[in-house]
Amino acid sequence: MLKVTDLHVSVDEKEIIKGLSLTINPGEVHAIMGLNGAGKSTLANTIAGRDDYEITSGSIEFAGKDVTELEPHERVGEGMFLGFQYPVEIPGVSNLNFMRTALNGVRKYRGEDEMSAAEFMKLVRVKAADLKMSTDMLKRFVNVGFSGGEKKRNEMVQMAVLDPKLAILDETDSGLDIDALKTVADGINAQRRDDTSILLITHYQRLLDYVQPDVVHVMIDGKIVKTGGKELAVELEEKGYADVA
Amino acid sequence: MAGTQETQDHVAEITGEYKYGFVTDVDMDMAPKGLSEDIVRFISAKKKEPEWMLEWRLKAYRAWLKMEEPDWAKVDYPKIDYNDIYYYAAPKSQDKPKSLDEVDPELLRTYEKLGIPLAEQEVLAGVEGARKIAVDAVFDSVSVATTFREELKKAGVIFLSISEAVHEYPELVKKYLGTVVPQRDNYFAALNCAVFSDGTFVYIPKGVRCPMELSTYFRINTENTGQFERTLIVADEGSYVSYLEGCTAPMRDENQLHAAVVELVAMDDAEIKYSTVQNWYPGDKDGKGGIYNFVTKRALCKGKNSKVSWTQVETGSAVTWKYPSCVLAGENSVGEFYSVAVTNNLQQADTGTKMIHMAPGTRSTIISKGISAGRSQNSYRGLVKVLSGAENVRNYTQCDSLLVSSESAAHTVPYIEVKNPTAQIEHEATTSKISEDQMFYCRARGLDEEEAVAMIVNGFCKEVMQHLPMEFAVEAQKLLGISLEGSVG
Repeated sequence: MLKVTDLHVSVDEKEIIKGLSLTINPGEVHAIMGLNGAGKSTLANTIAGRDDYEITSGSIEFAGKDVTELEPHERVGEGMFLGFQYPVEIPGVSNLNFMRTALNGVRKYRGEDEMSAAEFMKLVRVKAADLKMSTDMLKRFVNVGFSGGEKKRNEMVQMAVLDPKLAILDETDSGLDIDALKTVADGINAQRRDDTSILLITHYQRLLDYVQPDVVHVMIDGKIVKTGGKELAVELEEKGYADVA
Repeated sequence: MAGTQETQDHVAEITGEYKYGFVTDVDMDMAPKGLSEDIVRFISAKKKEPEWMLEWRLKAYRAWLKMEEPDWAKVDYPKIDYNDIYYYAAPKSQDKPKSLDEVDPELLRTYEKLGIPLAEQEVLAGVEGARKIAVDAVFDSVSVATTFREELKKAGVIFLSISEAVHEYPELVKKYLGTVVPQRDNYFAALNCAVFSDGTFVYIPKGVRCPMELSTYFRINTENTGQFERTLIVADEGSYVSYLEGCTAPMRDENQLHAAVVELVAMDDAEIKYSTVQNWYPGDKDGKGGIYNFVTKRALCKGKNSKVSWTQVETGSAVTWKYPSCVLAGENSVGEFYSVAVTNNLQQADTGTKMIHMAPGTRSTIISKGISAGRSQNSYRGLVKVLSGAENVRNYTQCDSLLVSSESAAHTVPYIEVKNPTAQIEHEATTSKISEDQMFYCRARGLDEEEAVAMIVNGFCKEVMQHLPMEFAVEAQKLLGISLEGSVG
C-alpha cells in the first residue's frame, strides 16, 4: 500500500527526516511512536504532500504508484487521507460544504460524477451519527469554535466520508478524554479492512489499547530505530524511549 | 511553493483569460472625439431631448469646467485626457427597437454570450428554477433592449431606459433627477450630468412590491469610449424593489473611463435593495488596460422607516473609486452597505461608503470585506456622520481585509464624525493572511490550489454574499474564484 524508501526531508534547510524507510501492506495497521521533535508530524505531512517540506532524496510509493511529485489533492484522489494533529479553522465555510467539496473533488479526480446533495446528506448523516457528531456541528463553520475533541471527531467524520485506502492519523488521540478516545478509536476500527491500511502516529500507547496495531515503529531523530509488534508499545510505555532504542 | 508556478501557468492557459473580453462588431454612430458644449448639445440632440434637459446638462458641464479632479483616494493612474475620449457611441439604428425581434442579432448574440437573457421566456443562464428577471441592456451609450416592460406595467412599475423616461415621464424625472447627487457633487458626477447617455429609470408606486427582480446590464464595447450611465430609482411609500446591476467590457490595451451616477430615493416605509456585481475588464497581469471606474452612488432615505441596502461584489476595473452611500433623512430609516472588493495583479480599489445620519433613530450597518492578491492595492474608506439633531443613532461597522499574496496591500480608512452624544457607534477591523495551514488543510482534503483559495475567500465573504439574491450569489461565488486564479503566493 505504502512504500517509503530512504526518505530525507528538510524544512527551512534543516534536515528533519534522515533516511527513513517504511512498508505498509494492505490490511495492516502500523503505529509510529516517538517523542516530540522526532519528526513524526513531518513524516505524516510529507507523505500527504505538504510542499514547504522538501524531499531531498528518497521516494514515496502509494498503491503501486510513485507519488513523490504529486500535489496533495492528487494524493487524496489516489486514496490517501491525513488526519491532522491540529485541524485548521475555516471561517464562513460550513462543515457540510467543505466535506461535499472535498468528496466531489476526489470523485472528479477519479473521473466519477459528482454526488448529489441528497445522496451526500444521506451519507454524511450516517457517518456523523457513527461518530456521535450532531447535525448542528455539520452546519457550523469548519472547526470554528470546536473543542479539541470535536475537532478530532470531525477529522474522523471526514475520513469516513472520503473512505481512503490509507489513513495517516497524526496524534489523533492527543487532547481527548476517555469517552472521546473510545469514539475516535471506533471510527478508526471501522475504517480497518482487508483492503485498507492505517498509519497511527502517536506519543502514547493508550490509543493502541483500543486500536490494535500489527506493527509498531519507534522513531528517534528522523529515523526508525526499532520495529516490532504490539508488545513494543507496552515496553516503551514501561521503560521509556531511551532504554528501548 | 513548489508546483505553484506550474499551477498558475496551467490555470492561465485554460481560464486565466478574462471571459468577457470579446469585441462585438457592429456599426456605430459616434460623436466626434473630445468634450465641449457642442458635444453636450450633440448628445442631447441625438436623444431628441427637451430644452430643460439640455440646459441641465450645460449647467453641469460649465460647473465641471471649474472643478478639479479629486486626488485624495489611494489610487494612482496617469492623467486622463478628457478630450481623447468618445462621449457617445451607439449601435446604428434609427430608434430604439420596439421589440426584441428588431434588435440587431449581433447584439442579441453578445448578451447571449455574456449569459444575459433578453428573451423574456429565458432566465439567467445556467441557473435552474431561477425567478424572472427584467433586464435593461445598455450597450456603450444606449439602452438596446428592456424586457418585461408590459408585465411590469400591469403592476404599475415603471422600468425603462432613462432616455425614454425623459420623454415619457418628464415630470417624475424632473422631480428627482439630481436631488440625491447634485450636479456639482463631485468632479465625476458633474461630468456624468453633462454627458450621461443612458441608464435606467425605475418608479415603484405606493404600496407595490415589485413582482420581479429588475436589472441593468452595462457593456462597454467601442474603443476609446467612455460610459456615463445614469440610474434613478424611486420607491414610493410602502413599496419594495430589488435591483441588480452587472457590467463587463472587452479586453483592450488602453484604459477606458466609466463614470456613472446612481440615485435612489426611498419614501416612507419603502425599501430598495441594490446589488452590484462589477466585473469590468481589470487590465492584464502587468496592469495594461482596464476600466477606470469612478462612480457616485447615493441613496436618500427620505421617508420615515425607509431602508436602502447596497450590496456590491467588486472584482473588475483597473481603478475603482466608489462609495455607495446613504443619506438617512427619514426618522428611523436604515442604511446598509455590504461589500466585497477583490483586487488582483495591479488593480487598485478605493471603495467604501458614507452613512449620513440626519434624523433620529436612524441605523446603519457596514460590512466590508477586502481581498488583495497579486501586487494590488485595496482600500476601504468610509464615513459615518451623525448630525447634532439625530438622537439615538446606531452604527455598526466591520472591515475585514484578507491578503492572498505577500506583495499586495490592504488599507482601512474610517472617518467618524459624531455631533450627538446619544449615538452608539461601533467599529471593528481585522487584517489577516490566507495561511499555509488553511491552504494545506483544504488541499489535503482533495481541493486543488485554486479551489482551496476560492473556498477560503468565499468563506471570508460569506456575511456579504448572503445578502445577494440567490441567482447573483452563485455567479458572484464563481467570479471570486475566477478573479483570484493564479493569485496564490
